[in-house]
Amino acid sequence: MADSFLFIYFEFQSSFMENEKYLAQLQEIQSMMQKSSKFLSLSGISGILAGTYALIGAGIVYSMRERLTSSIRFDSAEFITIVVTAILVMVLSLATGIIFSIRKARKKQEVVWNQVSRLFIMNFMVPLITGGLFAIILISKGAIGLVSPVTLLFYGLSLVSASRYSYETLRNLGFIFIILGLLNSLYIGYGLYFWMFGFGVCHIFYGAYMYLKYDYKK
Amino acid sequence: MTSIISDINKTFDHRIRLGIMSVLMVNDSVDFNRLKELLEVTDGNLASHIKALETSEYITIRKQFIGKKPNTTYEATLLGKQTFARHLAALEQLIKTSK
Repeated sequence: MADSFLFIYFEFQSSFMENEKYLAQLQEIQSMMQKSSKFLSLSGISGILAGTYALIGAGIVYSMRERLTSSIRFDSAEFITIVVTAILVMVLSLATGIIFSIRKARKKQEVVWNQVSRLFIMNFMVPLITGGLFAIILISKGAIGLVSPVTLLFYGLSLVSASRYSYETLRNLGFIFIILGLLNSLYIGYGLYFWMFGFGVCHIFYGAYMYLKYDYKK
Repeated sequence: MTSIISDINKTFDHRIRLGIMSVLMVNDSVDFNRLKELLEVTDGNLASHIKALETSEYITIRKQFIGKKPNTTYEATLLGKQTFARHLAALEQLIKTSK
């Protein structure tokens, strides 16, 4: 009698330990799959800051709205100010993104520049540079009104294509930009407002959401 | 229950081999240094586990040159992917039935 109790006890004990082992294996598989295929060093703070730069930039452009007419000249001070502001906002946003990603990767003791981050950047930059060049061509052809929807659309496509190699929710932000771009193309002339909402407000909200969800607790 | 146990594969019953297969399930091909960086193991240790998986025909090794530098990459074979998927399903099943 005692023997059989002992047997049941050991049986129970060993199956319990086996289960612990399988559970650990499953967790290991999951974490390795994610770590090896996703670039997760993107920081929510860089989203918030990028949104802030965009709003400041839009504010500068908005402040001279009275002097902006549809027949704006390429060599006018207003046009140059807009181009310089846009380039500054973009360069600052990218630099902030890179700096905060490096910081986050260091904190997690991971290498920033690897196969996945290369794929992430490739998938992000191809639509972005295509859109940028297309926007420059549109400006040179005088189709200024289309510049804003085109930049929103291509930025949205960049996010959707890069999201495969990062947080999946990045795709949703991409869809928002695509919708904004399409709406903007129906209401040409309101580009600045669509820009402010997309690059400014959406970035800040999304960055804050990412920060709270992934960074804050850790 | 017996069929579940038979899908549990002893070849994967090691942290490093399990790690290599997990990485190769979600990446088309991965090189030696990337595996080393992800699994945090020494060269010799990693090489011996790669050898074991290659012998079982779960992964293939591809040697090529990038410029003048030799580059070795690893891929999971169809057999490896199917066996690992079954292993994974069996693990999930075991944990589900025990709860």
